[in-house]
Amino acid sequence: MARVTTGITSSHIPALGAAIQTGKSRDDYWGPVFGGYDSIKEWIAKEENMPDVVVLVYNDHASAFDMNCIPTFAIGCGEVFKPADEGWGPRPVPDVIGHPDLAWHIAQSLILDDFDMCIFNQMDVDHGCTIPLSMMFGEPEEWPCKVIPLPVNVVCYPPPSGARCFALGDSIKAAVESFPEDLNVHVWGTGGMSHQLQGPRAGLINKEFDLNFIDQLINDPETLSKMPHIDYLREAGSEGIELVMWLIMRGALGDKVKELYNFYHIPASNTALGALILQPEETAGEALNPKRVLSGHSLEAAE
Amino acid sequence: MTEKKKERINIHEYLAQFDDIPGTRVFTAQRARKGYWLNQFAMSLMKEENRERFKADEKAYLDEWDLTDAAKQAVLDRDYNAMIDEGGNVYYLSKLFSTDGKSFQFAAGSMTGMTQEEYAEMMIKGGRSPEGVRSIKEGR
Repeated sequence: MARVTTGITSSHIPALGAAIQTGKSRDDYWGPVFGGYDSIKEWIAKEENMPDVVVLVYNDHASAFDMNCIPTFAIGCGEVFKPADEGWGPRPVPDVIGHPDLAWHIAQSLILDDFDMCIFNQMDVDHGCTIPLSMMFGEPEEWPCKVIPLPVNVVCYPPPSGARCFALGDSIKAAVESFPEDLNVHVWGTGGMSHQLQGPRAGLINKEFDLNFIDQLINDPETLSKMPHIDYLREAGSEGIELVMWLIMRGALGDKVKELYNFYHIPASNTALGALILQPEETAGEALNPKRVLSGHSLEAAE
Repeated sequence: MTEKKKERINIHEYLAQFDDIPGTRVFTAQRARKGYWLNQFAMSLMKEENRERFKADEKAYLDEWDLTDAAKQAVLDRDYNAMIDEGGNVYYLSKLFSTDGKSFQFAAGSMTGMTQEEYAEMMIKGGRSPEGVRSIKEGR
């Protein structure tokens, strides 16, 4: 039987890809960011932790979907997904290889579970999907696992509510658990944390909000899932709404989770960055050492 | 009736709150409609051949699209605040600044009235504090 063993969150900002491509990932600015991911990379490379399939929850940044078609929840059921050309040529990374059997199984299960999914076969994947893969797996010739892209609309309002995202995660868990093949499945929630990329308020970062969000995501996600959109907008910036996608990951892990790793950094370009590894408590492995890492400006005392 | 009544969000209240955030234009359906062709123009720059044609003659390329004069001028001026006023969204517009070889940090910074250096410095120092920019009405 397939099972969701692990939830991971990660930033997906394109500047991380640019830092890798230009050889800057270990400079003074990016070094602490990539340093914070080193222990995740080491952990995930171990045989017992390496997923067979990742359900990768991200938002398409106006790449596969334009204004013509705006699916709230979509799932990629194709064999292969090409890196999108977002204006500077496609990212030089391997094609993302899907898992159509599991993807179609999840799609069908979700629809039967009252989630009216949008199903895609041909879809280019943008930085939202490929940056987390680069951060976890580095620069391999081929990605070491299969990936089911699950784009969520968080661009055009209204995006789905936190509660709906949380419930979707729970339905993904049930769908995975009814797939007969023995597979180690991860659910990754990407994006965030606090950031705003537009208007005179651009550059907003809210450390207190972010750290509370992480704490509540781990310990009381149901309450967190009821937070209205306006609170994300006010507290975490106009693009901080991406954090609703983390609730999909959390919903897929069941009631109690163990925190294996918790990394928070300010700033990564315009954003605060959070990267977590969580596992369902009953099947959780050992936490990483150190378990909690703060770096960059997040170490400064709050003003 | 023992069935629990569904709690519904009032759409008018939901949308009205968005006007209360300082320096922020939430990408609502109203803005999405207004900016439809501006955003679709930006999307067209995902193709190398279109980028080449656009760079060769920006004005002529823009004239192929059903854009207002204000939207065209905003693009020519690379005035991202003005593009957002015309219904643009930063993720669509990213195809334009990527065509220019510019980053999200460049585009975001350009909308704040700060210089690129000042904006970068603000980010390194922990970014813009949410204090005072959460709500216009409540002044917090």
